[in-house]
Amino acid sequence: MIEVKNISKAFGEKQVLTDISALFEQGKTNLIIGQSGCGKSVLLKCIVGLEEVDEGQVMFDGRNFSAMSFNERKSVRKEIGMLFQGNALFDSMTVEENVKFPLDVYTQMSEEEKLERVNFCLKRVNLVNVNNRYPAEISGGMKKRVGLARAIALNPRYLFVDEPNSGLDPQTAIVIDALIKEITQEYNMTTVVVTHDMNSVMEIGENILFLFQGKAWWKGNKNEIVYTDNKELNDFIFASNFMRRYKESFSK
Amino acid sequence: MSIITRQIQIMGQYYLLMYRTFSRPESWKMFRQLFFREVENIGIGSLGIVTIISVFMGAVVTIQTAANIDSPLIPSYSVGYASRQTVILEFAPTILALIFAGKIGSNIASELGTMRISEQIDALEIMGINSAQFLILPKICAAVFINPFLVIISMFQGLFGGWLFGSLSGVVIPSQFIYGIQYGFRPFDVTYALIKTLVFAFLITSISAFHGYYVRGGALEIGKASTRAVVSSSIFILLFNYIITQLLLI
Repeated sequence: MIEVKNISKAFGEKQVLTDISALFEQGKTNLIIGQSGCGKSVLLKCIVGLEEVDEGQVMFDGRNFSAMSFNERKSVRKEIGMLFQGNALFDSMTVEENVKFPLDVYTQMSEEEKLERVNFCLKRVNLVNVNNRYPAEISGGMKKRVGLARAIALNPRYLFVDEPNSGLDPQTAIVIDALIKEITQEYNMTTVVVTHDMNSVMEIGENILFLFQGKAWWKGNKNEIVYTDNKELNDFIFASNFMRRYKESFSK
Repeated sequence: MSIITRQIQIMGQYYLLMYRTFSRPESWKMFRQLFFREVENIGIGSLGIVTIISVFMGAVVTIQTAANIDSPLIPSYSVGYASRQTVILEFAPTILALIFAGKIGSNIASELGTMRISEQIDALEIMGINSAQFLILPKICAAVFINPFLVIISMFQGLFGGWLFGSLSGVVIPSQFIYGIQYGFRPFDVTYALIKTLVFAFLITSISAFHGYYVRGGALEIGKASTRAVVSSSIFILLFNYIITQLLLI
């Protein structure tokens, strides 16, 4: 479980996050949604420590992460897996080396054991026969899966996903969403997903935080979100004709 | 913010980055792998350009020296002597460092800049890895290790180029040239050149890494960072060339 308490963050004069508190539950896919520029990615970066918060606390199962030094954070970071928006795969390494990388750094496994773990993770995200390919040689959807395989290589307790469906076709996006949800439940992880994709919201939104102008504007789940009377959230969700028709079909 | 304040801020940022860079590696095995990869990139990868530049610069230095010495009072071996002093004291360590600032410096800045923008550095940080140490330290160590060898090779190639082209063009007598490059040889000149090389290697890699590591934005900024890396490295090479010369030779 991850708890953020009264987080605020500003870049110079610009206040990006204001007094945000939220609870991200274990074994669930927790979504952070909102318009572009509302502070979703900054909030995620504050949670994982890529940005320092100005005020407030980030608690990982009761451990005050924001008060820890770089070295103290290492113990928590070993329990974190993250899938980046642009995948962040290491260009100079093959798929196998990318997934093996965290194992090389943090484990004393033999090469055979590492290879076994790599193949298990790749198989778990439905990737086979790509071990020796470089990131530039595989498709966008495959890159996401490799990123996910790398993120789960160390069996993390916490999984963070930034815009998992950006640049993917709808079918592949559904597959990635399903994988995230399955892996979360299978390993009982605390998963936090930043997205503005309404398909993802409706597919995997077990616990949703809606940000508006850097503030926590609404909290709920995918069933509650359709019936919300919150104007800003309604404007965001039902911006497209498709979603308006979806709501109408629910109303009937 | 005034220019002075900004420069102080940049210097502070640079020192903090170096403080993070010079720390114990997470995994010595990975450090070794990265170190040897960088030695190959910087050393073997630069051998071609070092050879071409050294041979032709040595040739030009010899021919120009010979062309400007037309007094019968000056012995003919002085062409070899002057060429040797130019190549060992200045050309091999300094001019080569300026070439490296362009080749290696821009490469390091653009590599780290791309890694920053494509979130690869963030990915390392998320894994709890000190990205500055992991990415920059092997480059600095590799350059400091391999550049002296490149400079020594360059010294030999420069003198060989001078001898070859000087002899072929008839401006020097081969035996006199050989006598000249041996005449009054001081081993300390080579030590002085190697000390400069070590300092320049550190400056090129650390300054370029600094510019690449803190890139913000997109592809355009990577290009700008790469240019800044080359310009800053070149300026500091020239500045430290003066300081070291003043300290060691005067």
